[in-house]
Amino acid sequence: MVGDGEIAIVASCPSIFSVVGSASLKFGDKAGDFHNKNAKMIHFVLLISRQGKVRLTKWYSPYSQKERSKVIRELSGVILARGPKFCNFVEWGGYKVVYKRYASLYFCMCIDHDDNELEKLEIIHHFVEIMDRYFGSVCELDLIFNFHKAYYILDEILIAGELQESSKKTVARLITAQDSLVETAQEQASSISTIIAQATK
Amino acid sequence: MGSQGGWGQSKEFLDLVKSIGEARSKAEEDRIVMSEIENLKRRITEPDIPKRKMKEYIIRLVYVEMLGHDASFGYIHAVKMTHDDSLLLKRTGYLAVTLFLNENHDLIILIVNTIQKDLKSDNYLVVCAALTAVCKLINEETIPAVLPQVVELLGHPKEAVKRKAIMALHRFYQRAPSSVAHLISNFRKRLCDNDPGVMGATLCPLFDLIAADANSYKDLVVSFVSILKQVTERRLPKSYDYHQMPAPFIQIRLLKILALLGNGDKQASEHMYIVLGDMFRKCDLSSNIRNAVLYESICCVSSINCSTKLLESAAEVTSQFLKSDSHNLKYMGIDALGRLIKINPEIAEEHQLAVIDCLEDPDDTLKRKTFELLYKMTKSSNVEVIVDRMIDYMISINDNHYKTEISSRCIELAEQFAPSNQWFIQTMNKVFEHAGDLVNVKVAHNLMRLIPEGFGEDNEGADNQLRSSAVESYLRIIGEPKLPSLFLQVICWVLGEYGTADRKFSASYITGKLCDVAEAHPSDDIVKAYAVTAIMKIYAFEIAAGRKVELLPECQSLVDELSASHSTDLQQRAYELQAVLGLDARAVESIMPSDASCEDIEVDKSLSFLDGYVQEALVKGARPYIPESERSGMSNISNFRGQVHHDSSTHGLRFEAYELPKPSGASRIQPAPLAASKELVPVSEPTYPQEILQPASVSSVSETGPTEFKLRLDGIQKKWGRPTYSPTAPSTSNSNPQKTVNGAPQLVVQGAVSSQAHDVSYDSRKTKVEVSPEKQKLAASLFGGWSSKTEKRPTSTNHKTTRVHSAAVEKSQMPTAAVASTEQAAEKESPQQPPLNLLDLGDPTPGDSTASIDPFKQLEGLLGPSDVSSVGNSAVTASKSADIMSLYAESPISGLGGTVANMAPTNSINLTSGVSNAANRNVPVGSASTQVAPVKKGPNPQDSLEKHAVARQVGVTPSVTNPNLFRDLLG
Repeated sequence: MVGDGEIAIVASCPSIFSVVGSASLKFGDKAGDFHNKNAKMIHFVLLISRQGKVRLTKWYSPYSQKERSKVIRELSGVILARGPKFCNFVEWGGYKVVYKRYASLYFCMCIDHDDNELEKLEIIHHFVEIMDRYFGSVCELDLIFNFHKAYYILDEILIAGELQESSKKTVARLITAQDSLVETAQEQASSISTIIAQATK
Repeated sequence: MGSQGGWGQSKEFLDLVKSIGEARSKAEEDRIVMSEIENLKRRITEPDIPKRKMKEYIIRLVYVEMLGHDASFGYIHAVKMTHDDSLLLKRTGYLAVTLFLNENHDLIILIVNTIQKDLKSDNYLVVCAALTAVCKLINEETIPAVLPQVVELLGHPKEAVKRKAIMALHRFYQRAPSSVAHLISNFRKRLCDNDPGVMGATLCPLFDLIAADANSYKDLVVSFVSILKQVTERRLPKSYDYHQMPAPFIQIRLLKILALLGNGDKQASEHMYIVLGDMFRKCDLSSNIRNAVLYESICCVSSINCSTKLLESAAEVTSQFLKSDSHNLKYMGIDALGRLIKINPEIAEEHQLAVIDCLEDPDDTLKRKTFELLYKMTKSSNVEVIVDRMIDYMISINDNHYKTEISSRCIELAEQFAPSNQWFIQTMNKVFEHAGDLVNVKVAHNLMRLIPEGFGEDNEGADNQLRSSAVESYLRIIGEPKLPSLFLQVICWVLGEYGTADRKFSASYITGKLCDVAEAHPSDDIVKAYAVTAIMKIYAFEIAAGRKVELLPECQSLVDELSASHSTDLQQRAYELQAVLGLDARAVESIMPSDASCEDIEVDKSLSFLDGYVQEALVKGARPYIPESERSGMSNISNFRGQVHHDSSTHGLRFEAYELPKPSGASRIQPAPLAASKELVPVSEPTYPQEILQPASVSSVSETGPTEFKLRLDGIQKKWGRPTYSPTAPSTSNSNPQKTVNGAPQLVVQGAVSSQAHDVSYDSRKTKVEVSPEKQKLAASLFGGWSSKTEKRPTSTNHKTTRVHSAAVEKSQMPTAAVASTEQAAEKESPQQPPLNLLDLGDPTPGDSTASIDPFKQLEGLLGPSDVSSVGNSAVTASKSADIMSLYAESPISGLGGTVANMAPTNSINLTSGVSNAANRNVPVGSASTQVAPVKKGPNPQDSLEKHAVARQVGVTPSVTNPNLFRDLLG
């Protein structure tokens, strides 16, 4: 499925949409048995580069720092080693990890065992499309240098491990609203408001 | 927007990121991060840091933490930043704390106050930021602090805020269900919200609530069905479309909910038939999201009380999945098949070969899924093949988690369906040998119980045979090195109990073996204990049988060693052994009866033998015994339920200021008559009493109660969309005959056959031509059982195989004759249409057409679709369908042009004529391809690039953002 979405390419950096591969197997033993079982949710979102470098992590279930590093280490071992024609899913210690590769970046989501994998695959794509629109043909460098922006976007799409908004337009509008307010706030910060604030103190 | 440095970070930070990016090894990266941490530690504590600088430090902390290092020294600064007045800083602060802190972190208490304040802000962006933090950080203890404000926000004018408030309440429900129990009616009300985003969000908590108690929500079935119907009829705003599919994520959530509601409820299920039928009618495997919805529909069908017609459609889609080239779809197909065979086991028959292909696939994920399926369809006729396969696989992997799982499955199947004792014992041995200590202890105990009890038949002979075969096999294995401890325990126990029972082996031989075991495992006290006890039993049986017993020298030394052991347990056992040796036959027989491990030991729980003593004491004036439950005050128990709520609110921290005492009489009295309702929370919400009652008796409330509490189903009907559109929509979809369902493979065969016939011919061809004999054999041994369901277990697998095999051949020939003409047509086509399922196994890339095409060019062509739709409701159907073409023409799922044409009717009316032609299938190949070909040329890349640019501007620049857009559009 080569890039099923609106995608542009900017000459300077390779778009993360350009190549799609996916997946030899080795399995991590324990993901962690620490979550309540009945809720179908996304437990974490992970972006790792082909070299296994972490680009973004978001944990919706409680993992300690030690568990986090273990999860990342194990998962990148499993996922990076998979062949391109394999499933985009990996069973992993009682959970399932859905992943998709965009150019040199792997987007991974850990979900419950009986959840709909294809849907989660599309949520990943949804996220990528929104970032693509926001950054203007997103590439890995955008995420490397502006990871906090990516976090803001992710926060508008997923909340507490659930998809909160499936309209790209709505998400884009909220993020731009935040950005513009932030910018005006920035401008004002040096001028009147600070004076008033200081005067009233 | 430049990608580097466009966001106002300092050179220093950019350099850091760059140097990390260029790091060659993990060690180098760690070094850089460590020095950065030192740097930050120093800097961040400096006095009078400008705020912007501080913000950057916080982001650098996030970065360090993301790379897996500890940044806890800076958490407090992130917390402080949330207090800042500027939204920019506040947002950074919130982002950092949500990433740093878990819900139980000590610092959370410092943020609660800020969150409370921010939830009341008049800037909705501040409220949004606070709500995001609420979802992540608020724990059970702090829920009461923010709950009232969050509930209030459900009425906020901004949709985004409402949506997040609902998600926050959902999170509260997950953390502490009782905290929001009185708010359930709010969720019901929000289901009718104007904004699809809010409605969609409401489905999350409702799913959880329904999963917990489906019966209270049966009244909502009709409204869920009607919402789903409206969604599929495209009544939602265009912006919810995703890849030409109307609001698929909402559809999936609805289907999940319907699956719960229809489970085991015929009446509720019947409401869903039509809408579910429609889901399948639009079936084609062209886009991933469509498949996701189809899969969810299958799950729903398999969960509800479904009709045969629905089941057929679901089976049809499943077979499409299985025949697909994509591993993902095969995986989903296997999963779906596993669900469907629970309803009708015969569905699996058609897919034997596909399943076997998946089983032999190099992709482990697929293999495991297939094992899961096999596990579900195991019967006594195929248990041997399946369990053997599972064990082979188990031996080949080293993932402990999965090893444990598959071993316990093997054991379960073996216990349930074992064809013979011998086989059972052998299987158990293998499992124990290879999975070893991963096997659950219970399983071992189960086995130790099963061997003495036998298989429940009243046949002493068979049981004895089981035992002696166990003993024999254990004696063979016992010498092997590295047996897992658990297995040794079982071996020792069985040898002790039955080693000498059939007089095949002498007592000294077995005791010798047992001594060896104990010697070989000097550090394993449990095994030693089992061994000694086994030795004791053997000697005891010998003594009881009146034979003379001589302690072997190695045995003597073992006993000596153990009597001096550090373990008191071992000492005890050793002394007991010595004591038993000194007793006479009669005494020994009563303390160590032979084969008595399953005799029930009676325990007199009421201690009736003490009755006389008690009576005597009572007569002497002792006080009678009062059970503990009665001793600790009656009143407490009866008030228990009420107290729980009080406790939870009083034990927790209080976040609000003390209020002045109010005359609370009025509000207290009101809920009193409702005391029976379990959901009543008398403490906090005097305004909600009516709603609380609602779940229990919805109908009565909706008739008598105030209208705002009612769920207005009529309202939903008219909520979305253009009324003119609705009546035509179903008719177009109906006019599209069901044959389109099959799409892809049919278009190749032009012979105007029904889908059914084609499928059969396709299958039969496979069976006849390409299948290797081994696979057939395997298939027959796996699936053959369906036809021989009632048959008694055959004695040999071979016999069974041939029998079923011949049946399969007959079967495949019959339909062949029936559709001879098709067969011929198909035969002609066969080189072009290779057996998809069979070839993909070994060969890496058969016919991957993508390779030759420049991916970049292609991508340019893909630019258009969603952007165009986002600019406005552009009606450029031609270009749109063209996009579909270019999207899916290359997709590995279907290199078959036909599917694309089938997709069109759902969104472009212009194309419907063409499609219905295609559906008729009387169209010669030529015309179909001409229809497809010009479209394929489709969009000019330049055009779409431009459009993309425009769209991006429109989408991103703030000038266009109109939060009320939906409402305006909808009137």
